[in-house]
Amino acid sequence: MKDDITREERVDNLKGMGCSRKRVEDARFTQGKGNYVDDVKLDGMLFGDFVRSPYAHARITNIDTAAALEVPGVLAVLTAADLEPLGLHWMPTLAGDKQMVLADGKVLFQGQEVAFVVAEDRYAAADGIELVEVEYEELPVIVDPFEALNSDVVLREDLVAEDGSIPDGAHGPRKHPNHIFTWDAGDKEPTEEVIANAEIVAEETMYYHRTHPCPLETCGCVASMDKVNGKLTLWGTFQAPHAIRTVVSLISGIEEHNIRVISPDIGGGFGNKVGAYPGYVCSVVASIVTGKPVKWIEDRMDNLMTTAFARDYHMTGKISATPEGKITGLHCHVTADHGGFDACADPTKFPAGFMNICTGSYDIPTAYLEVDGVYTNKAPGGVSYRCSFRVTEAVYFIERMIEVLAIKLNMDAAELRRINFIKKEQFPYTAALGWEYDSGDYHTAWDKALKTVDYDGLRAEQAQRVVDFKAGKTRKLMGIGLSFFTEIVGAGPVKNCDILGLGMFDSCEIRIHPTGSAIARLGTISQGQGHATTFAQILASEIGLPADSITIEEGDTDTAPYGLGTYGSRSTPVAGAATAMAGRKIRTKAQMIAAYLLEVHDNDVEFDVDRFVVKGASEKFKTMKEIAFAAYNQAIPGLEPGLEAVSYYDPPNMTYPFGAYVCVMDIDVDTGVPEIRRFYALDDCGTRINPMIIEGQVHGGLTEALAVALGQEIAYDDMGNCKTGTLMDFFLPTAWEVPNYETDFTVTPSPHHPIGAKGVGESPHVGGVPCFSNAVQDAFRPFGNIHTNMPHDHWRIWKTANELGLHG
Amino acid sequence: MIPAEFEYYRPKDMAGVLSLLEEHGDDARVMAGGHSLIPMMKLRMADVPHLIDLQDVGGLSNIEINSDSIHIGALVTQSDIVEHAGLADVAPILREAALQIADPQVRYMGTIGGNVANGDPGNDMPGLMQCLDAVFTVAGADGERQIPARDFYEAAYMTAREDDEVLTSVTIAHPQGGYAYEKQKRKIGDYATAAAAVQITKEGGTCVSASIAMTNLSDTPVYSEAAGAALVGTSLNDAALSAAIAAMWGDIDPTEDNRGPIAFKNHVAGVILRRALERAWSRA
Repeated sequence: MKDDITREERVDNLKGMGCSRKRVEDARFTQGKGNYVDDVKLDGMLFGDFVRSPYAHARITNIDTAAALEVPGVLAVLTAADLEPLGLHWMPTLAGDKQMVLADGKVLFQGQEVAFVVAEDRYAAADGIELVEVEYEELPVIVDPFEALNSDVVLREDLVAEDGSIPDGAHGPRKHPNHIFTWDAGDKEPTEEVIANAEIVAEETMYYHRTHPCPLETCGCVASMDKVNGKLTLWGTFQAPHAIRTVVSLISGIEEHNIRVISPDIGGGFGNKVGAYPGYVCSVVASIVTGKPVKWIEDRMDNLMTTAFARDYHMTGKISATPEGKITGLHCHVTADHGGFDACADPTKFPAGFMNICTGSYDIPTAYLEVDGVYTNKAPGGVSYRCSFRVTEAVYFIERMIEVLAIKLNMDAAELRRINFIKKEQFPYTAALGWEYDSGDYHTAWDKALKTVDYDGLRAEQAQRVVDFKAGKTRKLMGIGLSFFTEIVGAGPVKNCDILGLGMFDSCEIRIHPTGSAIARLGTISQGQGHATTFAQILASEIGLPADSITIEEGDTDTAPYGLGTYGSRSTPVAGAATAMAGRKIRTKAQMIAAYLLEVHDNDVEFDVDRFVVKGASEKFKTMKEIAFAAYNQAIPGLEPGLEAVSYYDPPNMTYPFGAYVCVMDIDVDTGVPEIRRFYALDDCGTRINPMIIEGQVHGGLTEALAVALGQEIAYDDMGNCKTGTLMDFFLPTAWEVPNYETDFTVTPSPHHPIGAKGVGESPHVGGVPCFSNAVQDAFRPFGNIHTNMPHDHWRIWKTANELGLHG
Repeated sequence: MIPAEFEYYRPKDMAGVLSLLEEHGDDARVMAGGHSLIPMMKLRMADVPHLIDLQDVGGLSNIEINSDSIHIGALVTQSDIVEHAGLADVAPILREAALQIADPQVRYMGTIGGNVANGDPGNDMPGLMQCLDAVFTVAGADGERQIPARDFYEAAYMTAREDDEVLTSVTIAHPQGGYAYEKQKRKIGDYATAAAAVQITKEGGTCVSASIAMTNLSDTPVYSEAAGAALVGTSLNDAALSAAIAAMWGDIDPTEDNRGPIAFKNHVAGVILRRALERAWSRA
């Protein structure tokens, strides 16, 4: 047999790894044909919505639902008293705490769920909410975690014993009623000793403000209990549908096989949709009570004010170095504001996530990290907003400490980074705080970035600008923001990563159809990442069938293999590996079929793009399409019919993507308005599956980084009122505010991942936030600025200029 | 974000509007583009049992340019102002300001009548109309009356229009000289941190007249007569600009909000006014 196309054309036809394949999802999204949870409409479906607390801290003395129940169309009003007999008035959190589903005698944050009104339509539910009369007795409000640790006001009476003693929490001893945990990593005394004896020590206190992932689609669900067959179907905005199924089973007592969880199309998650929320529990209960499907969908204010904030870390750092700039030690303490309940979404053993990646990309011999979690009267959450578990906080911390140290040393910050980078030959590198970095080539990436932007030229221009500014020729300063980040993604190895006891492996199941097309199902769920596009590309390269002939399906727990979902850039590192491994199982069987068909020994054929060929006789081959058909129509001795495989992949290690970013910014000192002139982003995510999708991810992550650095925050007043509950005040950048991004890359494959890929969706956010922030701060460095806190919105930038005396 | 129940009316003429207003009194509100009122209703901050939509009322959507005046119907949208063929020739400041309001989608719906009548201190058009010394025409049961924009605003959402009156049009004399609408905002779609509307005339390098109004720096738009007066007879040198800014500071009364504290707003108001004056002067 002869081919009329070249090998190169056969490779192209697969649209496998490395190809900028157009997103298969976009046909439906661009035509408004997506199927989101609010598109789910069932016969007789009811709507539920919450009565929410206007107070941040109050005792509830009475709830009167009578008037609400009079509203035409209102069928039920659930309160904690109704849920208590079912044991559902509280629920476990992912962080080992428990959380009220509906206010049980008191409220701990503004917007907390107090009662759930179930009605025939949204309008009746909203009218009913207006008429539920709740009597509150206001209590002293604490919105500052340092005050919380010194206050007599106890936020969580349920966590104090009757004799006044403080029982241990899920992560060990607690030192105050409002204290949640102390968690540490590294070597305390040696670090303190190194710093105490160091010639150069830089210290800084910084606050990484509270913000919110704010996906365009808010959280929601539809619960439908079929009382005839006892099966519960739950559609929802779940980043981890299988974990939700298990959690629902554990807290409701419904057997897991009777629960089907479906994540339909999801309009962005960014960590906001990892946790379990009271809306899910109340919808399930309401469906059981009424026997009808019940839908709950957050509005924007509900989303911003109540479900899953991010960050809120008060960080204090000390970094020591030799006079030449070689870093010798790092000490970090964090006071973490977790709000009224500890509902952080982290692997169970990591109550501060992977904050212990805070030694960054640097060879720091000695380090110590200590984190204290604290309750306050703010919304619970603490999720990883477009990052792997607290990595944004860690990278912001070290990239600011580097800048602060550079100021102390009177050194160029780019050079300081260069002389402290972990060297290529040191990988795999075990960091002082415990992680084993799998691979990296930081110097190459850094040199490429600095050369591309003409770093020395930029510094010369900046120096001239300072001269001009002092001479009164301009009112604009120039800032050069640098950041070099190392991410830690792909949670993770089951030996140390689990959520509620569920190991953080992931999975892929493949079925090859007789005509040479395929369906693959995974334990992950895309929220916009383009899994249907990229996982098909992995498979195309692994099994030699065109990506266009492979359907990727996720999100239905009745059909997909068990997995822990999509967040923390884990899909490619974990499920992507499972996909490759399942593909290799397919290929192993295909090899046996090919050998049989070609009448040679198994070892006498080899895989070549889309076929198995006889070694040394490439004109003798069987295409994967032919092999697929043979699997279903030939009786092959010793082989079962069919061509299917499943893989559950437990990664041996995390993956460690890295990158080098540079931002050039002009700042109007009179108005505080920053203007981003240039943004260069070099990412190394190992093997690149789809360069176009990588570029899109980088653009999106950088835009969310810009948002956080330059204005996006969840702010409270002293009474615990959320001041940023709408998009008028919560900063979501538009196309107008976003600069042109230049993207670039190097490729350092992960040595332990089957295809060498590392994950990229969150890198630009992790690296971008310090880069934007450093640009602002660098502009003021010549005038004595050492550190100012984000967000750098107009007035805060103006304040920095004002305090430095730049307004005359 | 679900409004309470309301009755919706879409009368064909102004008489129908006025009779509904008479019938329902305080319980009725008229709506043009709805971009302020509908969100307030969804937040249940505005209780409007009877909502009267003006969209089908004829004669409110025209822009007429006469020999010495411009007449703009209440239903003219911001987009109409941006797109109109001749308007920018006689009153370019209208287009410059309209382009700084929200985004194209909002400008397709948002109207000049709604923008000036609602009395929201964040809106851009009220200050601009004070700068241009516009006159608003309102229609009521007893016929029409004219109210100068500079007398229209009493407090946030409180205006000289009675509840049973409808603002039907805006009339302005052809603006003279140089102009500028300068606005600082946090992002597209935001209200101003500070904005300044300026019209200025000069003869032989000397300022003959200057009209200045500021936006979102008080609970009403602020027409600063004193700031304009500080410039007349000067060459807009630095001392004159500083005097005008100082005079403006005497008229505004900003409050702290998420955009920043009072000191910042005052400072930015000065910077924005200075830039507006410099740009307007360069065009005069």
